[in-house]
Amino acid sequence: MVYQMDFSPLLTQLERIAQGAVLTLELSFVAIAMGTLLGTAGAIAATYGNAAVKRFISMYVESIRNTPFLVQLFVIFFGLPSLGVQVDALSAALLAMSVNLGAYATEIIRSGVQSIHRTQIEAASALAMTRWQMIRHVVLVPAFEKVYPALASQFTLMMLTSSVISTIGVEELTSVASQIDSLTFRTFETYILVMAIYVGLSLLLRAVFFGIGLVIFRRKRRVEFSGVTR
Amino acid sequence: MITEFGWQHLVTLLLAARWTILVSAMAFAFGGVAGFVVALGRTARSAPLRWLTAGYIQIIQGTPVLIVLFLSYYGFSIVGLKLSPLFAAALAMTIYASAYLGEIWRGCIQAVPTGQWEASSSLAMNRWQQLRHVVLPQALRLAVPPTVGFSVQIVKNTSITSIIGLVELTRAGQLINNAVFQPFQVFILVAFVYFVLCFPLSVTAKRLERRLHAHH
Repeated sequence: MVYQMDFSPLLTQLERIAQGAVLTLELSFVAIAMGTLLGTAGAIAATYGNAAVKRFISMYVESIRNTPFLVQLFVIFFGLPSLGVQVDALSAALLAMSVNLGAYATEIIRSGVQSIHRTQIEAASALAMTRWQMIRHVVLVPAFEKVYPALASQFTLMMLTSSVISTIGVEELTSVASQIDSLTFRTFETYILVMAIYVGLSLLLRAVFFGIGLVIFRRKRRVEFSGVTR
Repeated sequence: MITEFGWQHLVTLLLAARWTILVSAMAFAFGGVAGFVVALGRTARSAPLRWLTAGYIQIIQGTPVLIVLFLSYYGFSIVGLKLSPLFAAALAMTIYASAYLGEIWRGCIQAVPTGQWEASSSLAMNRWQQLRHVVLPQALRLAVPPTVGFSVQIVKNTSITSIIGLVELTRAGQLINNAVFQPFQVFILVAFVYFVLCFPLSVTAKRLERRLHAHH
């Protein structure tokens, strides 16, 4: 039996698919913002905090990085209400994504922070910089510049992982896809189309992050576009 | 019927964890073989072969594993086949692992200095002999830490096979929760079992990586 591909039933559903894709992007951007904040705070705490703080950060990072996102989502969405904390699906999704990304970002940014050479910090204190000025200008900015590619690919991975959110009924792209699948019975076509959209979204994110990198890191831009070899 | 959450449930979870381990092992074994082919394609001399494998990696790394899983679970129905969840899970995880391992190993093969290729070709070795005796042994040393690190991702990602009804660790947790309705305790315990599976792998990967860099 030869199967006839038929994408036409999907044409009436394009608007919903677009809405799903937009929600996927919105969720990702909020998670990226929250995750980066968490990760920056976590990396600073893990580097400059006292022993107890360091142990707490390392417990957070290791417990998140060694358990599946799906289970983290279930702990938040099903677990928290049973402890009396009410969360709707959307907040649970955002919380799970932020906490998850925060752990990975902590680890990535921490490795950047710790790669800053001690002499840089000594130079900063020789210039009478305050501790906060030193962390901001001498440590964080170069650290971010170093780990930015790793961070950006983690962001893209988070966008892809957000498909798991469909299990708790947030109507992002994958969730919309399974609804359309049960509406049109064009399973294969639906998921092929959605796969193409995800590939497009990840290419889009990669291009956006590359562009943002050029704008943020002026020194790097000068180096990369003036032909100066490092 | 609502029962109390107890030891018998922990036993159920541990028994279900065998399926998590089985799917992970299959993904790692089959994905490793396929990934090796992908890595060879990525470093091949023929340009179309490089583009083909690069395209494969782009597409799979740009797609959520969940979508790959849905396609392999439902996709075969268009040729009239109904796959078991286990087969679909193994297939999807294999595809996923092959793209990531292929890209990791491409990097390891390319990290071997060109001088090694040149020296072995001056010894009249053919391409396969060069790979087999000179390049791959050196690439293997570089490949071990990131490969162990990636196995953690495989174990964690098998959790989504619960969505197509494979009763592995996560699905078993859901089923137990349906009986005892103590979601926080149940899913924390599920997370803990995953942690016990993954943490040793993470630590090993980190240790291997440190040892590799200590040589330089």
